[in-house]
Amino acid sequence: MTQLQDSSGEIPPRRQLRTKPFSLADRVFYGVTKGASSISIILVSAILLFLFSQSLSTFQAQGLDFITGSQWNNTKGDEVFQIGPMLWGSVLISILGIIGGVPMAIAAAYFIEFMAPKPVAKVATVMIDLLAAMPSIVIGLWGLYVLTPVVSHWSELLYTMHHVELGFASFDIPLLSMSNGKDPNTFGGTPFVAGWIVAVMIVPIITSVTREIFSQMDRDLINSALALGGSRSSVFMRVILPTASGGVTGGVLLGLGRALGETVAIFYVLNLVSDINWFNILESKGGSIASLVLQKFGEGTSEEVKALMAAGLVLFVITLLVNWLAAVIVNRAQPWRKI
Amino acid sequence: MENIATSASHLRSEDVNVWFGERHVLKNVSLNFPGNQVTALIGPSGCGKSTFLRTLNRMHELIPSAGFAGRVLLDDKDIYGAEVDPVDVRLNIGMVFQKPNPFPTMSIRENVLSGLKLTGRRGYIAEEVVETSLRRASIWNEVKDRLNDPALSLSGGQQQRLCIARSLAMNPEVLLMDEPCSALDPGSTRRIEETITELSDSMTIVIVTHNMQQAQRVSHQTAFFLSEEGNPGRVVEFGKTDDVFNNPVDPRTNDYVNGHFG
Repeated sequence: MTQLQDSSGEIPPRRQLRTKPFSLADRVFYGVTKGASSISIILVSAILLFLFSQSLSTFQAQGLDFITGSQWNNTKGDEVFQIGPMLWGSVLISILGIIGGVPMAIAAAYFIEFMAPKPVAKVATVMIDLLAAMPSIVIGLWGLYVLTPVVSHWSELLYTMHHVELGFASFDIPLLSMSNGKDPNTFGGTPFVAGWIVAVMIVPIITSVTREIFSQMDRDLINSALALGGSRSSVFMRVILPTASGGVTGGVLLGLGRALGETVAIFYVLNLVSDINWFNILESKGGSIASLVLQKFGEGTSEEVKALMAAGLVLFVITLLVNWLAAVIVNRAQPWRKI
Repeated sequence: MENIATSASHLRSEDVNVWFGERHVLKNVSLNFPGNQVTALIGPSGCGKSTFLRTLNRMHELIPSAGFAGRVLLDDKDIYGAEVDPVDVRLNIGMVFQKPNPFPTMSIRENVLSGLKLTGRRGYIAEEVVETSLRRASIWNEVKDRLNDPALSLSGGQQQRLCIARSLAMNPEVLLMDEPCSALDPGSTRRIEETITELSDSMTIVIVTHNMQQAQRVSHQTAFFLSEEGNPGRVVEFGKTDDVFNNPVDPRTNDYVNGHFG
């Protein structure tokens, strides 16, 4: 026989709940995990502090021109350190890399996850992961000796289209033209080549993150879309991609982080020039902060090295900003995630 | 919507066999689903009833390694015919899945219209479609003032009725339901059952269910599937729901519907 209970009685006093681990093993485990996460926080803070202390004098001497100006001179007494072209170059190359790499990565992830027969999918996954493990010096040399001639050829083809004649008007397409209006004698060392190198380097990471996101999707969600009569492409565009957009954006950002900081590979394929190149991507004139550091650091004067530290700090801050911006975009793009 | 079918189509399976790889999972299933009738498919887990349901709108073939033999006839036309586009089959034969799964990135309205967008039928997109479909799924009154809210803001039961509305927007002749209430509370289950009964006036419905009471409440006829000791699943008994539950011919049916196994 059950009983109805009236619960109008007294409530006993609240008790202290234990949140810390109790047993020795648990405490050790807690300590190890806490230690590991603390170390990464301490390391990042320490690096940031070190960079800041080293670069303070450069910021004081150069002011805002450090970021906006285009001169670099290490002659004692006449020192001018400005990274405008390098800063913009890093951004431009990253944009080109993203444009080239993201569609490739998403298509590959879709194929592996939804279309490829199992053995093919396995092999493709391993190969793409291997690409991620490729040392960037190898990619740089491959870029210099193999990719550059190929992309130069594409560039030449693109360049032939830079001038448009419409009968009543003629103009140059800025993106495909040269800043000085003259025909170039080389198509190597351009931001276009560097962009493709970056694309190749970020494809594996974006592919593997995207594939992971795709594999976690509810299959019945996709089946529902197919059951409604959707074709593969419409289901991909309207259901799979929007639903996975947050995770895919995350993968793209990881890739962007690599693209912005990429050093050696770009160093080999890009002609670093301390003169800003806004959008003439086929011109053999580019910039990249990380490559600048690599180029100058070894033989830098003490003031120059400090300037390079400052450049590193700027790159660091930009990467942080990109990550923060991305977090905002991801949240905005998926209001349904908050529910 | 302009014209909702009132006399629904007639669906029939003839000797349907299914394999996954080398494993034979369904053998010679021949069932008749007359128009405007609700047919319940019952049986223990793993007997192949959900698999069978998926052969009825060619969702089955999306599984790699799936094999098929037999025929499925919609108004006497073989839906597996060489000239038939599976997409057209799925337009005529809608499906509701086990777990409520509205498209998470879309609003309530967009979910209802999702099928039209997915199939490029933009010309059919209209406010009436939204209202009619939601009314037929008996959810209109609950959502009419918040059509632009995210679909995931609805409760589980409401989400499932939204999924039904999403299928109805395509105006299918037949609706397949794969345990549509198994993830829902009793109140939501009752609402969906009422919806099924109302919908059977205008369409043919096939529902897979593990709930014996549900099969008795909503269906006109019942098929009992059983797969014994690694043999492929078969239909042991098929007939009027009343007979299957109260007067079964096969003793195994009697045991199952009375809860002796499964």
